[in-house]
Amino acid sequence: MSRYILPLVAVMALIVFLVIGLTRGDPRALPSPYIGKPAPRFELPKLKDPSVTVGSEDLAGQVALVNVWATWCVQCRAEHQFLLDLKATGTIPIYGINWRDTRPEALRWLQQLGDPYVASGFDVDGVVGIDWGVYGAPESFLVGADGVVLYKQLGPLSWQIWEREFVPLIASGGVGQ
Amino acid sequence: MKRFLILIAAMLAVAPVAAIDTGKAFDDPELQARYDKLISEVRCLKCQNQSIKDSNVFLATDLRREIRRLISEGKTDAEIQDFLVTRYGEFALYRPRTTGKTLILWLAPFLLVLFGGVAMFRILRHRMSMPLDDDIATSADKGSSE
Repeated sequence: MSRYILPLVAVMALIVFLVIGLTRGDPRALPSPYIGKPAPRFELPKLKDPSVTVGSEDLAGQVALVNVWATWCVQCRAEHQFLLDLKATGTIPIYGINWRDTRPEALRWLQQLGDPYVASGFDVDGVVGIDWGVYGAPESFLVGADGVVLYKQLGPLSWQIWEREFVPLIASGGVGQ
Repeated sequence: MKRFLILIAAMLAVAPVAAIDTGKAFDDPELQARYDKLISEVRCLKCQNQSIKDSNVFLATDLRREIRRLISEGKTDAEIQDFLVTRYGEFALYRPRTTGKTLILWLAPFLLVLFGGVAMFRILRHRMSMPLDDDIATSADKGSSE
Protein backbone atom coordinates (compact mmCIF):
# COMPACT_ATOMS: atom_id res chain seq x y z
CA MET A 1 0.00 0.00 0.00
CA SER A 2 2.79 2.39 0.94
CA ARG A 3 4.16 2.28 -2.62
CA TYR A 4 1.09 4.25 -3.76
CA ILE A 5 1.59 7.07 -1.30
CA LEU A 6 4.32 8.92 -3.22
CA PRO A 7 2.49 8.97 -6.59
CA LEU A 8 -0.70 9.93 -4.79
CA VAL A 9 0.99 12.85 -3.05
CA ALA A 10 2.57 13.92 -6.35
CA VAL A 11 -0.79 13.90 -8.15
CA MET A 12 -2.45 15.76 -5.29
CA ALA A 13 0.28 18.42 -5.40
CA LEU A 14 -0.21 18.75 -9.15
CA ILE A 15 -3.96 19.19 -8.69
CA VAL A 16 -3.41 21.83 -6.02
CA PHE A 17 -1.09 23.78 -8.34
CA LEU A 18 -3.55 23.50 -11.22
CA VAL A 19 -6.43 24.74 -9.08
CA ILE A 20 -4.33 27.68 -7.85
CA GLY A 21 -3.24 28.42 -11.40
CA LEU A 22 -6.74 28.30 -12.82
CA THR A 23 -8.45 30.33 -10.10
CA ARG A 24 -5.99 33.06 -9.30
CA GLY A 25 -7.95 35.72 -11.13
CA ASP A 26 -6.73 37.73 -14.08
CA PRO A 27 -3.86 35.77 -15.60
CA ARG A 28 -2.71 38.89 -17.41
CA ALA A 29 -2.24 40.89 -14.23
CA LEU A 30 1.43 41.14 -13.46
CA PRO A 31 2.79 42.07 -10.06
CA SER A 32 4.64 45.36 -10.18
CA PRO A 33 8.35 44.94 -9.49
CA TYR A 34 8.23 48.36 -7.83
CA ILE A 35 6.17 47.38 -4.80
CA GLY A 36 8.29 48.02 -1.71
CA LYS A 37 10.76 50.00 -3.80
CA PRO A 38 11.09 53.72 -4.46
CA ALA A 39 8.78 54.95 -7.21
CA PRO A 40 10.64 55.92 -10.38
CA ARG A 41 11.44 59.61 -10.54
CA PHE A 42 9.53 61.57 -13.14
CA GLU A 43 8.93 65.08 -14.31
CA LEU A 44 6.35 65.95 -16.94
CA PRO A 45 4.84 69.12 -18.33
CA LYS A 46 1.45 69.74 -16.78
CA LEU A 47 -1.50 68.89 -18.96
CA LYS A 48 -3.22 72.17 -18.23
CA ASP A 49 -0.12 74.33 -18.37
CA PRO A 50 2.85 72.95 -20.35
CA SER A 51 5.11 75.73 -19.11
CA VAL A 52 5.27 74.18 -15.64
CA THR A 53 6.00 70.61 -14.62
CA VAL A 54 4.60 68.08 -12.19
CA GLY A 55 6.74 65.27 -10.84
CA SER A 56 8.30 63.38 -7.97
CA GLU A 57 8.92 66.56 -5.98
CA ASP A 58 5.19 67.26 -5.84
CA LEU A 59 4.52 63.81 -4.40
CA ALA A 60 7.22 63.98 -1.74
CA GLY A 61 6.27 63.91 1.92
CA GLN A 62 2.70 62.71 1.50
CA VAL A 63 0.82 59.55 0.70
CA ALA A 64 -0.41 60.04 -2.84
CA LEU A 65 -2.28 58.18 -5.56
CA VAL A 66 -0.74 58.23 -9.02
CA ASN A 67 -3.33 57.35 -11.65
CA VAL A 68 -2.38 56.54 -15.23
CA TRP A 69 -5.19 57.49 -17.58
CA ALA A 70 -6.00 58.29 -21.19
CA THR A 71 -9.03 59.40 -23.15
CA TRP A 72 -8.81 56.35 -25.46
CA CYS A 73 -9.08 54.11 -22.41
CA VAL A 74 -12.63 52.87 -21.93
CA GLN A 75 -11.99 51.52 -18.45
CA CYS A 76 -10.71 54.96 -17.41
CA ARG A 77 -14.13 56.38 -18.12
CA ALA A 78 -15.67 53.71 -15.91
CA GLU A 79 -13.20 54.61 -13.16
CA HIS A 80 -13.57 58.35 -13.42
CA GLN A 81 -16.57 58.75 -11.12
CA PHE A 82 -14.75 56.86 -8.38
CA LEU A 83 -11.79 59.24 -8.66
CA LEU A 84 -14.11 62.24 -8.37
CA ASP A 85 -15.79 60.69 -5.31
CA LEU A 86 -12.41 59.91 -3.79
CA LYS A 87 -11.26 63.46 -4.34
CA ALA A 88 -14.43 64.71 -2.61
CA THR A 89 -13.53 62.77 0.55
CA GLY A 90 -10.24 64.64 0.69
CA THR A 91 -8.36 61.60 2.00
CA ILE A 92 -5.53 61.57 -0.52
CA PRO A 93 -4.14 63.77 -3.29
CA ILE A 94 -4.53 62.21 -6.74
CA TYR A 95 -1.92 62.90 -9.39
CA GLY A 96 -2.54 61.90 -12.99
CA ILE A 97 -0.24 60.68 -15.70
CA ASN A 98 -2.02 61.32 -18.97
CA TRP A 99 -0.51 58.53 -21.01
CA ARG A 100 -0.10 58.54 -24.78
CA ASP A 101 -2.90 60.99 -25.36
CA THR A 102 -3.51 64.24 -27.17
CA ARG A 103 -3.74 67.45 -25.20
CA PRO A 104 -7.04 68.77 -26.68
CA GLU A 105 -8.81 65.47 -26.06
CA ALA A 106 -7.43 65.14 -22.53
CA LEU A 107 -8.43 68.71 -21.65
CA ARG A 108 -11.91 68.18 -23.04
CA TRP A 109 -12.23 64.97 -20.99
CA LEU A 110 -11.42 66.81 -17.77
CA GLN A 111 -13.73 69.66 -18.66
CA GLN A 112 -16.65 67.38 -19.45
CA LEU A 113 -16.23 64.73 -16.77
CA GLY A 114 -14.60 66.76 -14.02
CA ASP A 115 -11.00 66.88 -12.84
CA PRO A 116 -10.12 64.72 -9.82
CA TYR A 117 -6.39 65.43 -10.12
CA VAL A 118 -4.20 67.84 -8.22
CA ALA A 119 -2.33 67.89 -11.50
CA SER A 120 -1.84 65.62 -14.49
CA GLY A 121 1.46 65.18 -16.27
CA PHE A 122 1.32 64.95 -20.05
CA ASP A 123 3.24 61.83 -21.11
CA VAL A 124 2.76 62.10 -24.84
CA ASP A 125 5.40 59.57 -25.94
CA GLY A 126 4.95 57.12 -23.08
CA VAL A 127 8.46 57.45 -21.64
CA VAL A 128 7.28 57.91 -18.06
CA GLY A 129 4.77 55.13 -18.64
CA ILE A 130 7.61 52.75 -19.46
CA ASP A 131 9.63 53.96 -16.46
CA TRP A 132 6.70 53.10 -14.22
CA GLY A 133 6.15 49.73 -15.88
CA VAL A 134 2.74 50.71 -17.17
CA TYR A 135 1.26 48.36 -19.75
CA GLY A 136 -2.44 49.08 -19.72
CA ALA A 137 -4.43 52.03 -18.48
CA PRO A 138 -5.90 52.57 -16.03
CA GLU A 139 -3.21 51.76 -13.52
CA SER A 140 -2.96 53.30 -10.08
CA PHE A 141 0.02 53.43 -7.79
CA LEU A 142 -0.18 54.14 -4.08
CA VAL A 143 3.01 55.98 -3.18
CA GLY A 144 4.03 56.39 0.46
CA ALA A 145 5.30 59.54 2.12
CA ASP A 146 8.84 58.19 1.73
CA GLY A 147 8.35 57.76 -2.01
CA VAL A 148 8.01 53.97 -1.84
CA VAL A 149 5.36 52.23 -3.96
CA LEU A 150 2.90 50.55 -1.58
CA TYR A 151 0.45 49.09 -4.02
CA LYS A 152 -0.39 48.95 -7.69
CA GLN A 153 -3.88 48.50 -9.02
CA LEU A 154 -4.24 47.26 -12.57
CA GLY A 155 -7.58 48.19 -14.04
CA PRO A 156 -10.28 50.50 -12.73
CA LEU A 157 -10.51 51.35 -9.05
CA SER A 158 -13.71 50.96 -7.09
CA TRP A 159 -14.73 51.56 -3.48
CA GLN A 160 -14.58 47.83 -2.86
CA ILE A 161 -10.95 47.63 -3.99
CA TRP A 162 -10.15 50.87 -2.24
CA GLU A 163 -11.48 49.70 1.14
CA ARG A 164 -9.82 46.31 0.85
CA GLU A 165 -6.38 47.17 -0.50
CA PHE A 166 -5.66 50.86 -0.08
CA VAL A 167 -7.28 51.91 3.20
CA PRO A 168 -5.22 49.52 5.40
CA LEU A 169 -1.99 50.63 3.72
CA ILE A 170 -2.83 54.30 4.17
CA ALA A 171 -3.88 53.68 7.79
CA SER A 172 -0.54 52.00 8.51
CA GLY A 173 1.09 55.37 8.00
CA GLY A 174 1.81 55.02 4.35
CA VAL A 175 5.46 54.28 4.89
CA GLY A 176 6.76 51.53 2.69
CA GLN A 177 9.83 50.33 4.50
CA MET B 1 -9.50 24.82 -54.67
CA LYS B 2 -7.17 26.83 -56.84
CA ARG B 3 -8.97 30.02 -55.89
CA PHE B 4 -8.66 29.10 -52.27
CA LEU B 5 -4.91 28.58 -52.62
CA ILE B 6 -4.53 31.92 -54.36
CA LEU B 7 -6.45 33.54 -51.51
CA ILE B 8 -4.17 31.93 -48.92
CA ALA B 9 -1.08 32.96 -50.88
CA ALA B 10 -2.36 36.52 -51.10
CA MET B 11 -3.00 36.63 -47.36
CA LEU B 12 0.47 35.30 -46.61
CA ALA B 13 1.98 37.87 -48.92
CA VAL B 14 0.22 40.70 -47.11
CA ALA B 15 1.30 39.70 -43.60
CA PRO B 16 4.95 40.88 -43.79
CA VAL B 17 3.88 44.10 -45.46
CA ALA B 18 1.51 44.86 -42.61
CA ALA B 19 4.22 44.12 -40.05
CA ILE B 20 5.80 47.05 -38.33
CA ASP B 21 9.32 48.43 -38.25
CA THR B 22 10.30 46.37 -41.25
CA GLY B 23 12.81 49.01 -42.13
CA LYS B 24 16.26 48.96 -40.64
CA ALA B 25 16.77 50.57 -37.26
CA PHE B 26 20.54 50.74 -37.58
CA ASP B 27 22.95 51.01 -40.48
CA ASP B 28 25.51 48.95 -38.64
CA PRO B 29 24.57 45.29 -39.30
CA GLU B 30 25.97 44.24 -35.95
CA LEU B 31 23.74 46.67 -34.06
CA GLN B 32 20.80 45.71 -36.23
CA ALA B 33 21.35 42.03 -35.40
CA ARG B 34 21.45 42.82 -31.68
CA TYR B 35 18.31 44.93 -32.02
CA ASP B 36 16.44 42.18 -33.89
CA LYS B 37 17.44 39.60 -31.33
CA LEU B 38 16.51 41.79 -28.36
CA ILE B 39 13.08 42.77 -29.62
CA SER B 40 12.20 39.22 -30.58
CA GLU B 41 12.85 38.14 -26.99
CA VAL B 42 10.84 40.80 -25.20
CA ARG B 43 7.25 40.03 -24.37
CA CYS B 44 4.66 42.58 -25.34
CA LEU B 45 2.99 43.09 -21.96
CA LYS B 46 -0.22 44.37 -23.46
CA CYS B 47 -0.58 41.61 -26.01
CA GLN B 48 0.93 38.71 -24.13
CA ASN B 49 2.23 35.76 -26.13
CA GLN B 50 3.59 38.09 -28.76
CA SER B 51 7.04 39.59 -28.80
CA ILE B 52 7.38 43.34 -29.21
CA LYS B 53 8.85 42.57 -32.61
CA ASP B 54 5.54 41.15 -33.79
CA SER B 55 3.17 43.62 -32.22
CA ASN B 56 1.91 46.94 -33.35
CA VAL B 57 0.38 48.00 -30.05
CA PHE B 58 1.82 51.35 -29.09
CA LEU B 59 3.39 49.92 -25.95
CA ALA B 60 5.44 47.65 -28.22
CA THR B 61 6.32 50.63 -30.40
CA ASP B 62 7.43 52.56 -27.32
CA LEU B 63 9.53 49.66 -26.04
CA ARG B 64 11.19 49.23 -29.43
CA ARG B 65 11.98 52.94 -29.45
CA GLU B 66 13.49 52.72 -25.96
CA ILE B 67 15.58 49.71 -26.97
CA ARG B 68 16.82 51.54 -30.07
CA ARG B 69 17.77 54.48 -27.86
CA LEU B 70 19.59 52.28 -25.34
CA ILE B 71 21.52 50.47 -28.08
CA SER B 72 22.56 53.73 -29.67
CA GLU B 73 23.66 54.97 -26.25
CA GLY B 74 26.04 52.02 -26.20
CA LYS B 75 24.28 49.94 -23.56
CA THR B 76 25.00 46.21 -23.46
CA ASP B 77 22.31 43.56 -23.96
CA ALA B 78 22.46 42.73 -20.25
CA GLU B 79 21.92 46.38 -19.33
CA ILE B 80 18.95 46.61 -21.68
CA GLN B 81 17.44 43.45 -20.19
CA ASP B 82 17.97 44.97 -16.73
CA PHE B 83 16.15 48.09 -17.90
CA LEU B 84 13.13 46.00 -18.87
CA VAL B 85 13.17 43.70 -15.84
CA THR B 86 13.37 46.65 -13.42
CA ARG B 87 10.22 48.09 -14.95
CA TYR B 88 8.15 45.08 -15.95
CA GLY B 89 9.63 42.17 -14.04
CA GLU B 90 11.23 38.96 -15.22
CA PHE B 91 8.06 38.12 -17.15
CA ALA B 92 8.99 40.67 -19.81
CA LEU B 93 11.76 38.44 -21.09
CA TYR B 94 10.90 35.38 -23.16
CA ARG B 95 14.26 33.90 -22.31
CA PRO B 96 14.45 34.29 -18.53
CA ARG B 97 17.87 34.99 -17.15
CA THR B 98 19.53 32.36 -14.96
CA THR B 99 19.27 34.16 -11.66
CA GLY B 100 17.69 33.31 -8.31
CA LYS B 101 13.98 33.12 -8.89
CA THR B 102 14.20 31.83 -12.46
CA LEU B 103 16.78 29.16 -11.68
CA ILE B 104 14.02 26.61 -11.08
CA LEU B 105 12.69 27.26 -14.60
CA TRP B 106 16.00 26.31 -16.10
CA LEU B 107 16.70 23.38 -13.81
CA ALA B 108 13.21 21.87 -13.74
CA PRO B 109 13.45 19.96 -17.05
CA PHE B 110 16.74 18.36 -16.07
CA LEU B 111 15.47 17.54 -12.59
CA LEU B 112 12.34 15.95 -14.05
CA VAL B 113 14.37 13.85 -16.50
CA LEU B 114 16.67 12.82 -13.67
CA PHE B 115 13.74 11.95 -11.43
CA GLY B 116 12.05 9.96 -14.21
CA GLY B 117 15.30 8.17 -15.05
CA VAL B 118 15.86 7.14 -11.44
CA ALA B 119 12.27 5.97 -11.10
CA MET B 120 12.51 3.96 -14.34
CA PHE B 121 15.82 2.42 -13.31
CA ARG B 122 14.41 1.34 -9.96
CA ILE B 123 11.28 -0.14 -11.50
CA LEU B 124 13.25 -2.04 -14.14
CA ARG B 125 15.72 -3.34 -11.60
CA HIS B 126 12.88 -4.47 -9.39
CA ARG B 127 11.27 -6.30 -12.30
CA MET B 128 14.49 -7.99 -13.33
CA SER B 129 15.01 -9.35 -9.83
CA MET B 130 11.57 -10.96 -9.97
CA PRO B 131 11.25 -14.48 -11.41
CA LEU B 132 10.20 -14.43 -15.05
CA ASP B 133 6.61 -15.25 -15.90
CA ASP B 134 7.83 -18.26 -17.91
CA ASP B 135 9.59 -19.64 -14.87
CA ILE B 136 6.45 -19.31 -12.82
CA ALA B 137 4.38 -20.90 -15.55
CA THR B 138 6.74 -23.89 -16.00
CA SER B 139 7.05 -24.49 -12.29
CA ALA B 140 3.28 -24.29 -12.03
CA ASP B 141 2.96 -26.79 -14.91
CA LYS B 142 5.41 -29.07 -13.19
CA GLY B 143 3.43 -28.76 -10.02
CA SER B 144 0.19 -29.73 -11.71
CA SER B 145 1.76 -32.59 -13.60
CA GLU B 146 3.01 -34.12 -10.43
